[in-house]
Amino acid sequence: MSVIVQDGGFIADDFIGEWLDLTSDTDPATLKQYAGSAAIRIDFPAFSDGRGFTLAKILRLSGFTGRLRANGHVIADQYAMARRSGFDEVSISDELATRQPQEQWLARADWQAHDYQARVRRPATAS
Amino acid sequence: MYTYNDFDEAFVRERVAQFSGQVARRIDGSLTEEEFRPLRLMNGLYLQLHAYMLRVAIPYGTINPDQMDQLALIAEKFDKGYGHFTTRQNIQYNWPKLPDVPAILEALADVGMHAIQTSGNTIRNVTADHFAGAAADEAYDPRPVAELIRQWSTDHPEFQFLPRKFKVAVTGASHDRAVVRAHDIGVVLKEQNGVKGAEVIVGGGLGRTPMVGKTLNEFVPFADLLPYIEATVSVWNLLGRRDNKYKARIKITVHEHGIDDIRARVEERFTQIKPTFGGIDMEMLAQIEQHFVAPIFANKPVDAYTRAYENDPVFRAWADTNLAAHKNEDYSIVTISLKKPGATPGDASADQMRSMAQLARDYGHDELRISHEQNVILPHVHKSNLPALHAVLKGNDLATANAGLISDIIACPGMDYCALATARSIPVAQGIATRFDELKLEHEIGQLKIKISGCINACGHHHVGHIGILGLDRAGVENYQITLGGDGTETTVIGDRTGPGFAYDEIIPAIERLVHAYLNARLDAEETFLQAYRRLGMAPFKEALYPPKEEKANAA
Repeated sequence: MSVIVQDGGFIADDFIGEWLDLTSDTDPATLKQYAGSAAIRIDFPAFSDGRGFTLAKILRLSGFTGRLRANGHVIADQYAMARRSGFDEVSISDELATRQPQEQWLARADWQAHDYQARVRRPATAS
Repeated sequence: MYTYNDFDEAFVRERVAQFSGQVARRIDGSLTEEEFRPLRLMNGLYLQLHAYMLRVAIPYGTINPDQMDQLALIAEKFDKGYGHFTTRQNIQYNWPKLPDVPAILEALADVGMHAIQTSGNTIRNVTADHFAGAAADEAYDPRPVAELIRQWSTDHPEFQFLPRKFKVAVTGASHDRAVVRAHDIGVVLKEQNGVKGAEVIVGGGLGRTPMVGKTLNEFVPFADLLPYIEATVSVWNLLGRRDNKYKARIKITVHEHGIDDIRARVEERFTQIKPTFGGIDMEMLAQIEQHFVAPIFANKPVDAYTRAYENDPVFRAWADTNLAAHKNEDYSIVTISLKKPGATPGDASADQMRSMAQLARDYGHDELRISHEQNVILPHVHKSNLPALHAVLKGNDLATANAGLISDIIACPGMDYCALATARSIPVAQGIATRFDELKLEHEIGQLKIKISGCINACGHHHVGHIGILGLDRAGVENYQITLGGDGTETTVIGDRTGPGFAYDEIIPAIERLVHAYLNARLDAEETFLQAYRRLGMAPFKEALYPPKEEKANAA
């Protein structure tokens, strides 16, 4: 079983439908064709494999607006990174959810605060 | 100098709180040791041979006196009274205790400093020419761009778990003092048709597979620079090898795919990424530039300097080696050597840090720099103040007149501290410096850069030393390989290996033979070691290093 983490905390899986599953070694050149999908899960085989963050970013840049889930070994300390990269939510194992309970994830639910990236990407003020 | 705004300040405080939480969560088991490791590394905390080591960033090497005083305080309160300045413009504390680390980070935040991304598979502390804003040959001050890159790279959500570390260096002068061609990305500021921008160099690096960086783009205008760098790191994050950490750096990716292939991928990614930058970054850059306006230079006579130079040979020897040309001719750039013969290269005591901070206040327009050559720089000193400054340096064991000379050695911490090392570096550096001090030959020899690494990872930059020394382990015995002709400047060259290595007790005599061979072979005192090597090639040096057996017997 797995636990879904969103900004509000742990929720039971409420998705009904087909996931498109992508592995972390997916060739970025192939991503464009998935832009119209309803829901995509990107696998995190290990928390130290940071490819999923860039894949998420490119999917969003390719026009994908569906539900995007980071699936696998993502730790609470990476929640803000996942959200900032374009994921809507994270799916973790029961074991990880027990070891890193809800409050440790909620501590990173303020992912929009203290974000250098959002800061350097704001629109120009001068015309 | 850049000072933190409210956002920077709140960010580093939040980060200290997060790290304190991570330490607690490691202790209560929420984080496994494996999970905790990259988190502590991205906050600058290593586990070394004997203890933890905390590496503190000195972004682009620029630091003010209050910050230097704080580094001294930390050295005294939480360490053994000293710190070690590194080749990447950081300072390392070798003996902090884990429970003290949050308090150290808090003390750093108090003066606008941090240890973020000084380690781990992240974009590391951005380095720059240590003479920035002062050098006579500078066209553009690299610090504002370096600060912008610091902000962009800090906590970048995609780039905290890269295939490997990623290092960026920036220069804006004709003479490259930032070793930009030995970095993952080197940024060389330039102008084209009235537009400011930069040449972007990629895939340089030392380590076990040394490579000279290649030009990825001849000219990227400032407005495109962050998205262009982001596109480069983005391409590498997906393409870089994760199966073998020794092949993970971008230099290998560039080598395996070819620069043209990488360029095409970067260009394509750039067109995707560019629209996500709204343009405020150029306004931020303009604001950052306001922090780096030159000080108001004094206009007064330099007689005191001229008198001291003519009458005091000790001052003159120091002035001849440790001063560099400033863009204002009444000023000098002062290199304070942390390479006293017999001392550990790059180490400074808390008292020395405080005295350098005070000198910056009294004579240096409140600025200090840390050089990748592990010395401290006072970038703006009026010449009339140099004699008084020199007197203070003498009183604090900081007046060694050896900048750029044979005893101004870069050495990694080696087996005295480092868990990766296969041989000692520091005692070799000490031995060479002490030996040539005894011989009183140093000034006769002139410009000569010796760089020593205690393992193949090449933290001591041995590949780009005029003489490089690499300490290895051969069946449990230290063995030192020599390379010659390396160069870390705008004409970067990886040095050539001479042949079999030398034992620990043979390496200093071997260096001595090399130097005598140079002195015998050079055209005149003007021809440096590197120039002589380029003219003569390896042969005369190899002959000196490996004399025929019977000669050796006769000599003995």
